[in-house]
Amino acid sequence: MSTKTELEIVAAGAYASVQDGGRRGHRRIGVPWAGALDLRLMRIANALAGNAETAPVIECFDGGLQVAARGGPVRVAVAGDASVEVEGRDGRRCLPSWRSVTLADGESLRIRRLVSGRIAAVAVTGLVLPAVMGSASTYVRAGLGGLDGKALAAGMRVPAGAGDGVDRALPQPPLADAGPIRIVPGPQAGHFTDEALQTLLRADYRVTAEADRMGVRLEGPRLAHRGAAEIVSDATVPGSIQVPGSGQPIVLLADAQTAGGYPKIATVISADLGRLAALRPGQALRFAAVTADEGARIARAFEAETRALIATVRPLLPDGVDLAVLYSANLVGGVVHALAGEYRPLSSDHR
Amino acid sequence: MSVSILDAGDAALTIEFGDTIDPGLLAAVNALDAAIARRKAEGGLAGLIETMPTFRSLTLFFDPLVTGREQLLADLKPLLAAAEHSPPLAGRRWRLPVCYEGDAAPDLAEVARTLGMSEAEVVALHGGTDYLVYMLGFLPGFPFMGDVPAALRLPRRAEPRVRVPPGSVAIATGLTAIYPWESPGGWHLLGRCPVPLFDARRDSPSLLAAGDRVRFVPVGTDECRAIDAGVRSGEIDPLVWLEAHEGRATDAQEGA
Repeated sequence: MSTKTELEIVAAGAYASVQDGGRRGHRRIGVPWAGALDLRLMRIANALAGNAETAPVIECFDGGLQVAARGGPVRVAVAGDASVEVEGRDGRRCLPSWRSVTLADGESLRIRRLVSGRIAAVAVTGLVLPAVMGSASTYVRAGLGGLDGKALAAGMRVPAGAGDGVDRALPQPPLADAGPIRIVPGPQAGHFTDEALQTLLRADYRVTAEADRMGVRLEGPRLAHRGAAEIVSDATVPGSIQVPGSGQPIVLLADAQTAGGYPKIATVISADLGRLAALRPGQALRFAAVTADEGARIARAFEAETRALIATVRPLLPDGVDLAVLYSANLVGGVVHALAGEYRPLSSDHR
Repeated sequence: MSVSILDAGDAALTIEFGDTIDPGLLAAVNALDAAIARRKAEGGLAGLIETMPTFRSLTLFFDPLVTGREQLLADLKPLLAAAEHSPPLAGRRWRLPVCYEGDAAPDLAEVARTLGMSEAEVVALHGGTDYLVYMLGFLPGFPFMGDVPAALRLPRRAEPRVRVPPGSVAIATGLTAIYPWESPGGWHLLGRCPVPLFDARRDSPSLLAAGDRVRFVPVGTDECRAIDAGVRSGEIDPLVWLEAHEGRATDAQEGA
């Protein structure tokens, strides 16, 4: 009898869904991109799992996601500052994130909590789902992608495997960037008073409890419109900061409606969108203005940094010794550094 | 026609032809969109991901790692000039059934009262008009159609509904629409259309396209239910409501 190897969702936590790089080309018929809110996390998680960078991952919010291997070993990788626990026959053990781990049949992995941010990407070796309109990303409103267009829930299973069986780690996780969220003024900055943009750039705004895959509602000093708080509907983009009559800004994210009738005072640059989406309700943020060209330069630098990070992903020793942890904990004297060019932790048959 | 280029972050820009709802502006938007689709099909406009046409503007989504604002605008310049003098798209004509009765029409009585006319007069006016599909957006397959007869113009509801049922036919601010999905919404609900407007399994998932014309045909509750069952079971193909085919310029643009 052949049993297929799967990953079972034991608990979905606050909200978990399958996401990939997103569904492009259909905004014109009202279909948003969806896709991972933090694309860098998705790419790193996939690199750790030995997958293609834009393969579907499980995106989850806060702690609580628990997944288990069924029918065979499954390699799972967690990107994000999470506290992770693996539960098996031999009891429980805690693991750092930013690495993959191969779960034996029946073992489970749980994200206990997120140490910073609120998003983790969990890549699963062999997680392949049919593309709907070009993407496996879940868009719940129209029931597209993922597993039958639904968010993940306990009992659901996705195809999985162990791949080459070599677990990998990211020696040096990306540094948390606490700088201001950068925005390009427009497209309707002119619909606001001159003070409104200055207020947006100088004041503290706070993330409210209304923060999900569609957008993040902020609260702070009111942004005053010059005239009506309404325009003839036009296109929104991921990152659009729309301001309804209340004067409180809403930043639109991956699942947001493709068109809207509220004036948009500014747009969050693409490189800062993942960071914004990961802010927790109650957390304060500041904005800083850049030009569209500066935003594009930042996007290129951010991409180069992401590629450099992914290039440092290293196999772990087969006996499970976590070199990344050893090195980052400075247990090995200053002879080698995990990021140094000449660093060669393993013989070539592991690469 | 004065054209403005508006920044929409580092990965999108909006070409705005005006700030009103006007078939003339729509013609320019759709002409530019079609010209871009052709240029893209010829292998041009590298880094352009997709375009989003609306009532009066076209938004271009691009990959800032591949192209930039100045590069794109330089490539678009010759296309822009031609777009401003373009005839409207030749869309298709649809006759879509709508039930204006009972539970399907939760706001009909209130709308009639507000406008000082009978429910039958509201239905006759709404169902007796040819509507232009200006754009699709807000939700997958959601058509913004107009113009609603002047006598039926109302602002949005003061209290938006948390849940508008799928299929709801609604009016607000001179426009009419059909909600393909359950969603929050602030429009006045006059009826229900049992025709599915969006199906990801179709080659062209949205039934309607910008430039199409739609006329509503009143049907009773029982007929609406029968149509509902027919489309669900697959016995009725939604294309039966296509009245005449006048060429579909937008087919090629899907995914531009």
